[in-house]
Amino acid sequence: MAQTGAFGDKIFRIVLLIAASSILLIVAAIFFMMVQNSLPTLERFGIGFLFGGEWKPAQEEFGALPFIYGTVVSSLIALALSVPISVGIAIFLVEQAPRYIARPIAFMVELLAAIPSVVYGLWGIFVLAPFIREYLGPFLQNYLGFVPLFQGRVTGIGMLTGGTILALMVTPIITAVVRDVLEAVPTTQREAALALGATRWETTQIVLGNAASGIAGAVVLGLGRAIGETMAVTMVIGNSPQISASLFEPANTIASLLAANFAEATDKVYLSALIEIGLVLFLVTFVVNAFAKLLIMKVAGGTNSAKHV
Amino acid sequence: MHLIKTFLITIGISLTLIGCSGQKIGDGPSTASSGSSIRLQGSGASFPKPIYEKWVNEYGKANANIKIDYQSTGSGAGQKALLAKTADFGASDDPMSDEDLKSAGAEVLHIPTVLGAVVLTYNLEAVKEPLKLSAQNVSDIYLGNIKKWNDERLKKDNPNAALPDADILPVYRADSSGTSAVFTDFLSKSVPEWKDKVGMNKQPSWITGVGVGAKGNDGVMGQVKQTPNSVGYVELTFAKANNLPTALVKNKAGEFVEASLDTVSAAAAASVASMPDDLRTQITNADGKNAYPISSYTYILVYKDQPDPTKGKAVADFLWWAIHDGEKFVKELHYAPLPSEVVKKVEGKINSMTSGGKALRQS
Repeated sequence: MAQTGAFGDKIFRIVLLIAASSILLIVAAIFFMMVQNSLPTLERFGIGFLFGGEWKPAQEEFGALPFIYGTVVSSLIALALSVPISVGIAIFLVEQAPRYIARPIAFMVELLAAIPSVVYGLWGIFVLAPFIREYLGPFLQNYLGFVPLFQGRVTGIGMLTGGTILALMVTPIITAVVRDVLEAVPTTQREAALALGATRWETTQIVLGNAASGIAGAVVLGLGRAIGETMAVTMVIGNSPQISASLFEPANTIASLLAANFAEATDKVYLSALIEIGLVLFLVTFVVNAFAKLLIMKVAGGTNSAKHV
Repeated sequence: MHLIKTFLITIGISLTLIGCSGQKIGDGPSTASSGSSIRLQGSGASFPKPIYEKWVNEYGKANANIKIDYQSTGSGAGQKALLAKTADFGASDDPMSDEDLKSAGAEVLHIPTVLGAVVLTYNLEAVKEPLKLSAQNVSDIYLGNIKKWNDERLKKDNPNAALPDADILPVYRADSSGTSAVFTDFLSKSVPEWKDKVGMNKQPSWITGVGVGAKGNDGVMGQVKQTPNSVGYVELTFAKANNLPTALVKNKAGEFVEASLDTVSAAAAASVASMPDDLRTQITNADGKNAYPISSYTYILVYKDQPDPTKGKAVADFLWWAIHDGEKFVKELHYAPLPSEVVKKVEGKINSMTSGGKALRQS
């Protein structure tokens, strides 16, 4: 092996460099391809594409706003429901549960992540939608009916159902990552806190504080899945491009629109519009990720566990 | 040294493998053209999928050397696959537009294969008799003018039905679809307000705030099946397979007609005389007392001049078989066979198929 030496290192470095730069190339190539293919609508509608409220392929009228709204709101619902639950599960698994309980629960959570999204969609149609229509919807209208979010007719198909399905789908991911993050917090910190007379709850607070950046990272991962989910959402959200205050009304997301229509788009302008809205999704994801990274840096502040993620 | 040796051996093995596979690729076309096995790829409409699968299966039994794959990707995708030449034949419920035909660059033949119906299906527990719907009422429901089931306009046609005091939830196709094209064509022909506000389209612009969209015939069906007080439109085959009720629809002659083989055939018979030479036609709102008004042909699309003589001959032979022997499987799957006058016209089309200027079939 003597003759390899510095030369071998050089080759090694070049191979790694190629691997690392390929990801940049791929992102750039995707971006370039999408911009190129969406030129017809980019030129025709300009910035108005983003703020138009009507999506009428038949009349060649394309406005992305209802889809951006649907994507953001359904993802927010998903996070609002899933983050507390996921973090709760993770804390329980790491801080409280004895090993013989933690193992099977962790296994079940990982199993949830492996279920195909069509199955979630079917479950949404057959179980969740009727549940929201018969029980949850009327209940919310009874007690919170004065809030515009819960007004209007309840069909079981709509924004709330879509968001809830998404919540279920992102819970395993967030849980798994948060669990890893909590496990990475040194045991000595817990021991120190307990030794100083802190209660379990106070100890957990300290651990959470040190893991904050990692938890934020987990949330971003979950958000990434929620924003990009297609089939399950298509099946329960109602696929109607409208902006409505009520969470019971049908809506649509960018990913769901693409899933339902991309294969069938024959018209050039329509295809271009779909690719452009894909580009919007690309940028939305980009902005959300950048924002989350900033948040992580802020929250992480001085804690050294920030390097974990 | 050990590492380097292993490395070299690995490279050697992979090179040999690449060499082998390269040879295999080279061998491919020669075996195909020798006629031992021919693979055809079709793609398009989901509505005729059950009958096309049956045909492919039956035809394969009789012709073991021909393997046909049919992918139900949707009418729009079928047209696109033909134009992009990614399939040997496309399939579409909706005839291609003049513009698309022009962009094909070569002559495309429309081969009608079977007839089908679009039916209105609904989820109303208390209604036992089939619901009666006129084009005007269907249009009003989908435009949001009729909001409740116990609306006077619906009661007038259904005096004995126990129509509930509940909101109607119309369900429509969210994806581009031949079914939507047939459905909206019928409404556009019958109701001026529909023509102005929505019109005929594979993917019409639905009125915002009225109803929900679902993907595919199965998506619409699932939604209707699961949601009380909903109504949706699907191909007859899908409603029959799922035991969903279908509404009687008022035809041009003013009769409420159930979708069935006879009524769809009646609609086709009424329009045979006016069928254009390229066979592209819509038969919605047909004349005749017994004609079901939301009926449609479904087409296989092929290039008149086939690039590959072997494959071209196989396509032509399969189509010929389909419109003759294949029609006997049609009824059990709830489609209607082509009227005999149309079969004659289609025979002419199939016999006109060529490859490199040579006729593929001797007539």
